[in-house]
Amino acid sequence: MSFPWAEQYTPKNPFMKWMDERLPLPRLVYNSVGAGYPVPRNLNYFWNFGVLAGLALVIQIVTGVILAMHYAANADIAFASVEHIMRNVNSGWLLRYLHANGASFFFLVVYIHIFRGLYYGSYKAPREMVWLLGLVIFLLMMATAFMGYVLPWGQMSFWATQVITGLFAAIPLVGESIQQWLLGGFAPDNAALNRFFSLHYLLPFVIAGCIILHIWALHLPGSSNPTGIDVKGPQDTLPFHPYYTAKDGFGVGIFLILLAIMTFFAPNYLGHADNYIEANPLSTPAHIVPEWYFWPFYAILRAFTVDFILPAKLWGVLAMFASILLLFFLPWLDKSPVRSGKFRPKFKIWFWVLIADIALLGYLGGAPAEEPYVMLSQIGSIYYFAHFLIILPLISRTERPSPLPNSITEAVLGKDTTAAQPAAAE
Amino acid sequence: MIRILGFFVGLGFCGVLAYSLVIGAIAFMNEEEAAPTAYDYHHHAQDVSFSSDGPLGTFDRQQLQRGFQVFREVCAACHSLEYVAFRNLTDLGFSEAEVDAIADQWPIQVPSIDPQTGEDTTRPAVASDHFPLVYSNQRAGEAANNNAYPPDLSLMTKARGEGAAYLYSLLVGYEDAPADLPEELQPGTGLYYNSYFANLNLAMPPPLFEGQVSYADGTEASVAQMAHDVTAFLIWTAEPTMEARKSTGWAVLIFLIFATVLAFLSYKNIWRDEKH
Repeated sequence: MSFPWAEQYTPKNPFMKWMDERLPLPRLVYNSVGAGYPVPRNLNYFWNFGVLAGLALVIQIVTGVILAMHYAANADIAFASVEHIMRNVNSGWLLRYLHANGASFFFLVVYIHIFRGLYYGSYKAPREMVWLLGLVIFLLMMATAFMGYVLPWGQMSFWATQVITGLFAAIPLVGESIQQWLLGGFAPDNAALNRFFSLHYLLPFVIAGCIILHIWALHLPGSSNPTGIDVKGPQDTLPFHPYYTAKDGFGVGIFLILLAIMTFFAPNYLGHADNYIEANPLSTPAHIVPEWYFWPFYAILRAFTVDFILPAKLWGVLAMFASILLLFFLPWLDKSPVRSGKFRPKFKIWFWVLIADIALLGYLGGAPAEEPYVMLSQIGSIYYFAHFLIILPLISRTERPSPLPNSITEAVLGKDTTAAQPAAAE
Repeated sequence: MIRILGFFVGLGFCGVLAYSLVIGAIAFMNEEEAAPTAYDYHHHAQDVSFSSDGPLGTFDRQQLQRGFQVFREVCAACHSLEYVAFRNLTDLGFSEAEVDAIADQWPIQVPSIDPQTGEDTTRPAVASDHFPLVYSNQRAGEAANNNAYPPDLSLMTKARGEGAAYLYSLLVGYEDAPADLPEELQPGTGLYYNSYFANLNLAMPPPLFEGQVSYADGTEASVAQMAHDVTAFLIWTAEPTMEARKSTGWAVLIFLIFATVLAFLSYKNIWRDEKH
C-alpha cells in the first residue's frame, strides 16, 4: 500500500504474532493510521477535519444508540419520550443535547473538509474515487440528519416531513403516489415516524461502511497536500503515527472544547423553538425552516418562483438535487492539471466568491420567503450553477498557473537548502 | 462531453433563474404600498434578565417558590404543566412533606378507576404524579375558553423564539389598542390587545393585577414582579436540569482545556525536529 518506504508491521509480542497470522487486524490499523502510512510532511490544519468528521460520527453513534434505548418511536408518545429523556433519564439531557449539537458539528467539520478538497483540488486524479465516495457519504448524512430531525415529533419535525417528502410530489404524474409511498400514508404519521426511526438507526452504519471505502480509496494514492504536487520520495513524508496522531490530537481537543461550549451553555441556539411544541397537523408554523446546514440548498429550492415550461416547484426540486449531484462531475468539469488552488491565481479568486455565495445562500435559506431575500437567492443560485458548470471549466482552460515547487521538501525548506540537501545526501 | 453537457445544464438553470428574477423585480417595482399589517405594530420582547441567564446563572429558589405560587393561584386555573411531576418541586426547596401536601390539595384530581366498581373516578394527586391536565381533552379546553386552547406551560420558555423574555413581555404587555390601528386588526369580542403577540389579539385575558397574590416572604406583588417570578418558574419547568448542565459544563471544559494543552505540547515535542 501507498509508498515502498512505508514501515512494515513486525509483531513483537507472541500473541500479536499469533494474531497477525490468523486475522491481521493490528496490521490493518498499523497500515491505516499507524506508522505504516507515510503522509506528506506539509499538511496544514485543514487536514485535521477528516479525523474530526470520523470522531463526530462516533459521538453520534454512541449517543444515538443510548438515546434509542429510551426513545419511543410512536407518534402518540414520541414527544413525551424525548421529554422523559430530558427530565428523568440520568444525564439524558446531556445525551440528547450532545446528539443534537453533535449533528451540527458533524456538518460543520464535513463542510470544511469538502471546502478543503475543493480548494486544494483533492478531487482530481488519482483521487476521484475518494471524492465520489465522500459525496455519497454527504448525501447519506443529509438523509440521516433529516430523518433524525423528524424523530422528536415537534412542530418543525412534522412540517419538515411534510415539506421534504412534498418535494417528491413535484414529479409529474407519479409524484403524489411517491410521496404517499414514502410516508406510508396521506400525511406524516406513525408509519412515517417508524420507518424514519428505523432508517435513522440504519444509515449511520452505512455511512461508516462508506467511510472505510473512502479511506481505502485514499490510501492507494496516499494523502494529498497543500502544494498539490506528488510525493517524490521518502524525504517528503512522515509516518502517520506519531506525527499526525499528535497533530490530530490537538485538533480533537479544540473540536471538543467548542462542542462542549455549545452543548453545555447554548444547547438550543442552533435549534428552532417550534420543535418544543408537539406536532400538530392542524396548525402550520409561521416559517418552516430546516436546520442551518441545509439552508444553502433550501435557498436554491425556493429561488425558482416562475413557471417556465415546467412548474416552478419542479424546477426548484431539480435544481436542489442538481446542486449536489453536479459535484459528482467536478473531477471532469475542472480539467486544470494543477491541483492546489494556491498556484491557480484565477481559480483562487472565484473559489472565495463561491464561499461567499454559499454563505449568502445559507443566510437566505434561513430567512423568510419574501423580498428582497427571494431576489438575492436567485442571484446567489445563478452564481452557484455558473461557478461549477460554466466558470470552472473555462478557467481550467484559460488560466496560467504560477510556477510549482519541485518537491514537497523544497516547498517546506525553501529553495536554497533543498539544493544543498540532495548533494549532501549523495 | 461532460463539460459541454454541464455548460448547457448550467445555462438552463441560470436562464430560468434570471427569468424569474426579472419577473420578480418587475412585480416588486409595480407593487403598491402595502396596507399596515400586524407585523408593523408587533413589538419584540423587552430586555429582561433572570438569575438563570448566562453560563454561570443559577435558579433563585426563593423566586421559583414565588413563581410557583403565582402559577398555582393564577395560571393553573386554565394551563396545565404536563411534563412536570409534583416530586420535582423538591428542586424548588420544598420539603417532601410540603410536596405531599401540595399534591394532595391540588384543586384538580388525577383520573383513576374505582377499585370496587371499575368505574372512572378521580383521586387526590400524590408526589409521583405529573400535574393533572386541566381539561379532559382539547375540545373541552376550547369550549371553556372562547375557542382558544390554553397551551401547556411545561416547555413554554423553550417553545417561543424569544423565550423567557417573550413570556415576561406578554404578561406585562396588555394595553389599549393604539388609536391608529386599522379596523381589521382591532381586537374582536373576547380578544385582548397585546403588541408582543404575533397577531396582536390574544384570547387570554390580562391574567395579573396588582396585589393579586400575597407573597409569604413579603415581596410586593406588582404585576412586573409576579410576571418575572412566574417566568423564572417556567424557565425551571422547561429545563429543571439546567444547573446540572452548567456545572457539568464547567468541569468538562476545565478538563478539556487541560487535555488540549497537553496535546498541544506533545504535538510540538514530537514535531520539534521535523520541518513542515
